[in-house]
Amino acid sequence: MFLTFPIMVIRVNTVEDVIEWRWPNLLFVGLGSFFLSFVWRYFIKKQETGKKKAQAGEIGAIPVSRRLLTEPKIYLPAIIVLSIFTLVFPFIFSLYQTNIMITGLIYVMLGLGLNIVVGLAGLLDLGYVAFYAVGAYSYALLNHHFGLSFWMVLPIGAGMGAFFGIILGFPVLRLRGDYLAIVTLGFGEIIRLILENWNEFSFGPSGIANIPRPSLFGLQLSLQNATIYLYYLMILLVLFTIFVVERLQNSRIGRAWIALREDEVACEAMGIDRRKTKLTAFALGATWAGMAGVIFAAKTTFINPASFTIWESIIILCIVVLGGMGSIVGVILGAFVLILLPEYLRVFSEYRMLVFGGMLVLMMVFRPGGIVSDVRRTYKFAGLQNNQEENL
Amino acid sequence: MSGELTSLRVYKTTKKRICRSMAPILEVKGLSMDFGGLRALDRLDLDVAEGEIVALIGPNGAGKTTFFNCITGIYSPTEGDMLAAPPGTKQKSLNGLKPNQVTERGLARTFQNIRLFPNMTVLENVMIGRHCRMSAGISGAIFRGSSTAREEKEVVRDSYAILEKVGLADFVNEFAMNLPYGAQRRLEIARAMATEPFLLLLDEPAAGMNLQETKELDDLIIWIRDNEKISILLIEHDMKLVMSLSDRIFVVDYGRKIAQGTPEEIKCSPAVIKAYLGEEIDA
Repeated sequence: MFLTFPIMVIRVNTVEDVIEWRWPNLLFVGLGSFFLSFVWRYFIKKQETGKKKAQAGEIGAIPVSRRLLTEPKIYLPAIIVLSIFTLVFPFIFSLYQTNIMITGLIYVMLGLGLNIVVGLAGLLDLGYVAFYAVGAYSYALLNHHFGLSFWMVLPIGAGMGAFFGIILGFPVLRLRGDYLAIVTLGFGEIIRLILENWNEFSFGPSGIANIPRPSLFGLQLSLQNATIYLYYLMILLVLFTIFVVERLQNSRIGRAWIALREDEVACEAMGIDRRKTKLTAFALGATWAGMAGVIFAAKTTFINPASFTIWESIIILCIVVLGGMGSIVGVILGAFVLILLPEYLRVFSEYRMLVFGGMLVLMMVFRPGGIVSDVRRTYKFAGLQNNQEENL
Repeated sequence: MSGELTSLRVYKTTKKRICRSMAPILEVKGLSMDFGGLRALDRLDLDVAEGEIVALIGPNGAGKTTFFNCITGIYSPTEGDMLAAPPGTKQKSLNGLKPNQVTERGLARTFQNIRLFPNMTVLENVMIGRHCRMSAGISGAIFRGSSTAREEKEVVRDSYAILEKVGLADFVNEFAMNLPYGAQRRLEIARAMATEPFLLLLDEPAAGMNLQETKELDDLIIWIRDNEKISILLIEHDMKLVMSLSDRIFVVDYGRKIAQGTPEEIKCSPAVIKAYLGEEIDA
């Protein structure tokens, strides 16, 4: 209240050289902070009781988020409703809404890709957007020079992403934590600066325009239909991503990534090749960014280096951290919250970023594990003899 | 755990069979390690024969853990040779190998300060140990062909079997960080066993354990040696455990070996007493 006093209450009218005292504003600030402190205390209290319960050994109380995911009675209808909703979405909502959804889905893909690097392998990558740019420019340039179609470039973009992932992976093999973050940050900037300054190669800051939208078996579609088509395409690709990430997560390689995140020294001592594991994490993570980049270029039909700034990397990282590191459902939710929220908060116009920032802070204070924290796969064993069965 | 292992106490009687006749499975010759100007290890010799339990003891800072780190490839020693081979095969050098390659050769270790993977389940911790004995690649993981599916099934079964052996079967789906201390130590041993070693390197396995837990550990180590045919090299400060367990003891101080022999010989060795208790001053 006292801190905001000079800004909110005193106003100097420079035209008439008088000071205006706006006392009602003081009242608003006072009431507002009073109310907020109550909300804050309520959450703190709730968190403390939760901790106490956990200490008392009440294991029976499974968190709501986890119960939602494990109880088939709840999640089966939810999935059905959700899938029907996604199927009819472009027909009930406007083109604008569909476009926002496509953006949201692209970020789901990016989030799931970065989740491999950050969430599973624990390698803090601040230059992830570089691979996104590589994918987008692969499509734009290959199409511009050689006229390659979307479908031909999609795997090429993925491959280029993986290739650059390995290129970044080699110099950072020995690094971890903060040092790794700095190097990846630099890498992201290098790619962006190259795209911005190498005019002969990338057409510089003016970017590349007239990138064709994906075609449906050679058919050229109208803007409306092309958007709807892209929407379904995105849904399929996201489902494919979820499938692959889910498979990877519970495989030999996925476990190696998690072990690497948990303890690098022990991981090596248990016979895991650190170099190979890190490189596969970088390469596979970058693959998805490359693919998302191709789709991004096809969606906007115009790209320039301004789309691939550090801010994008940070948003994607926020998606992973906010959603819950290593959790697929969490990352999907995180992507929608972070991408759709600013869009729908446009009603609040200039306050939207403030609200957005406030929510991020509150989330990290009260749910540091993310919206949905990672649930490890459990195995059930029928007997204690050799006839155990895996019931999952 | 205790039920299974107490019945195996009989194996203790067969403990003192020392097979000196065979070639050692681990032979270290003149190992030195310098950190800048500090000589942490000074021309250390050591050997472990098949089926032996060998203890490495010494005061704090004597270089025991450095020695382990050299063998397992975490440090590369300044000079010296390290040779290892599974029983009955030709010796191969360990020099210049990376930690994961050493583990692939069949030497597995545990850590002085427990280094489990805290946010993985107990079963997954052991499954990580099986990693280097598996082969599934990226495409295998994605498409999950029949061979990968079978491998996955096998690794779950084998890992569970190992957990049963060390008495942790009740904790399979528990996060490793939620285990009691003694169980965490045992899980580390289980994880090391999962790599199918012929030599297990235990770095202070009994540190911080109470009497009961130490007793169980004693039984477990004997049981591993006799039933899994794994030889053991351990660092330990608990003298009671060392004396009852080991076939031979090496004593190091300031990076040098000051004594070597059976527990009885070590107990009476003046050099060892001097290192641990200091010299007697006759005025």
